[in-house]
Amino acid sequence: MNNQLMFLRNGKVTAGLVILGFFTLLALLGPWVAPYDPNQVSDALLSPPSAAHWLGTDHTGRDILSQLVVGTRGVLVVGLVAGVSATVVGVLVGVTAGFVGGVGDESLSALSNMFLVIPQLPLIILIAAQLPSAGGLTVALVIGATGWAWGARVLRAQTLSLRKRDFVEAARANGERTWRLVLVEVMPNLTAVIASGFVGTVTFAVLSQVTLSFIGITPVSEWNWGTILFWAQNNLALQRGAWWWFVPAGACIALLGMALTLVNFGIDEIVNPRLRSTGLHARSLRRRGIRPRVGFTPVVREARS
Amino acid sequence: MRFLLRRVVFYALTAWAAITINFFIPRMLPGDPVTALLGRMQGRIDSRAENSLRVLFGLDQDTSLWQQYVDYWGLLLRGDLGLSFTHFPTPVADIVSQSLPWTVGLVGVATVIAFVIGSLIGTFLGWRRGTWADGLLPAATFFQAVPYFWLGLITIAVFSVNLGWFPSSGSYDRGMVPAFTGEFIGSVVYYGFLPALTVVLSSVAGWVLGMRNMMVTVSSEDYVTVAHAKGLPERQVMFGYAARNAVLPQVSSFALSLGFVVGGTLIMEMVFSYQGIGYTLFQAVSTHDYPLMQGCFLVITLSVLVANMVADLAYALLDPRTRTEDR
Repeated sequence: MNNQLMFLRNGKVTAGLVILGFFTLLALLGPWVAPYDPNQVSDALLSPPSAAHWLGTDHTGRDILSQLVVGTRGVLVVGLVAGVSATVVGVLVGVTAGFVGGVGDESLSALSNMFLVIPQLPLIILIAAQLPSAGGLTVALVIGATGWAWGARVLRAQTLSLRKRDFVEAARANGERTWRLVLVEVMPNLTAVIASGFVGTVTFAVLSQVTLSFIGITPVSEWNWGTILFWAQNNLALQRGAWWWFVPAGACIALLGMALTLVNFGIDEIVNPRLRSTGLHARSLRRRGIRPRVGFTPVVREARS
Repeated sequence: MRFLLRRVVFYALTAWAAITINFFIPRMLPGDPVTALLGRMQGRIDSRAENSLRVLFGLDQDTSLWQQYVDYWGLLLRGDLGLSFTHFPTPVADIVSQSLPWTVGLVGVATVIAFVIGSLIGTFLGWRRGTWADGLLPAATFFQAVPYFWLGLITIAVFSVNLGWFPSSGSYDRGMVPAFTGEFIGSVVYYGFLPALTVVLSSVAGWVLGMRNMMVTVSSEDYVTVAHAKGLPERQVMFGYAARNAVLPQVSSFALSLGFVVGGTLIMEMVFSYQGIGYTLFQAVSTHDYPLMQGCFLVITLSVLVANMVADLAYALLDPRTRTEDR
């Protein structure tokens, strides 16, 4: 069995990917599968969940399930765009810093450390609040522009340790050019780190965007899960006991975040095998009478099929 | 000492960068704040007022960018952050200095509690890895994935609307006069309980996961095996050998995660209408009070930098390797 299949056989990763797939489907089909138009006002004001409105309605009788379904796209698109742009910047800065070393490395790592230390959310709020219109894509790019530092830092450390490995030295001795060294020798060994950085950034981007919508910086007419919470908060959903208004949106955010974290766990376990053979396998280990002891890592080989 | 010196230089540089970013943001973004303000007010501001707004923002183009930058520093060094629009003519510095202590208190107490509890739970989970204790991990992931403000909404719904145990907003009983009396401090603790609880709940998971993974890694080190072989009691090996080393990366990541926690706390203050700097920032955003917004950002960033320096100092005290580096 090769490594890619191992990755998929991991229960956590599978669970994460299934949830992600579900939300992706919603994002693609949202407007067609939503039972109502999310902006359509009706007579059923603030009604609890019923057969007609599965998740109830808001203060003007708009269907909350439809808002949730239609809003999925906004959340995922921002997560994806921010994730991709931050990863690109992170890879550029991190790999360059790790590979060139010297003064270039010093200044690039100082730059990424600065971005790490400056609190991002206030910075994003400051930028987004001053833009003439802070739509989804703009917010995604702002998040990408401020959120690349963590990935860059991890990538730099990893590149630094790869740079002096024998296979890179051998390629260098063969007279390979630098860009080829980076692209062909170093980059493939960074895949897992890049992937985990990407997933982490998407998680952060989703949280940031929802937060921005919740405090009303992005246009409230663009549906996403944060917008629903914005309307709920501003119309005293809490005080009126309208739990169906704010619980589902938050649960969706948490579910999406959990799915991303689970995928990242899987990636972590590939990078650090010590985490792999213990982890959440507790039950299967116990069933087979293996008791993990401190100081030893039980390496469990699954029977090959 | 070299380690500390390097850090101090780094923070000085970061502070300079933050201040410079703060200076350039309104000037570099497409559509300056004046146009944005006019656009968002949608005709409620007379377009003839544009010029006076520009002067008010200090954006009148007569002076060169460099001159503006020098002036900006001059004002800043005198502690002048400009005047707030909404609370005109109160200086931004006054508003910020009134709200900052509340945030520092809230974040400080909640973060220390979360760090201690999280590291303890993580120690335990890492030590007992591969047993039932690992079942707690999914719960930790859940709390890590939940946005702070939503958890805030839920705690308000449960503890203040349904159960009525705690107030849902504010930071002390409005009937009281702020003073250093037992009664007033009790009121502050009572009002601050829910916000602090929410911050602890949502940030504890990160510490648990980090500590757990470090414990897993550290507990297979040779010195732990040796400690076991010496026949030391389990508790002593766990805390004295494994946890002691595993906690170091926690302290260094403390600095990096602080920005994130602070961001979350700011939103929390908005949810609870807690009179800290986050709530001030929120009001500034919703009233388009740009000087106040920028003042908030600056003060938040500088406070985080100071906190980071303290964390670095603690790290240098805890880890002797940083002190022997210069030899």
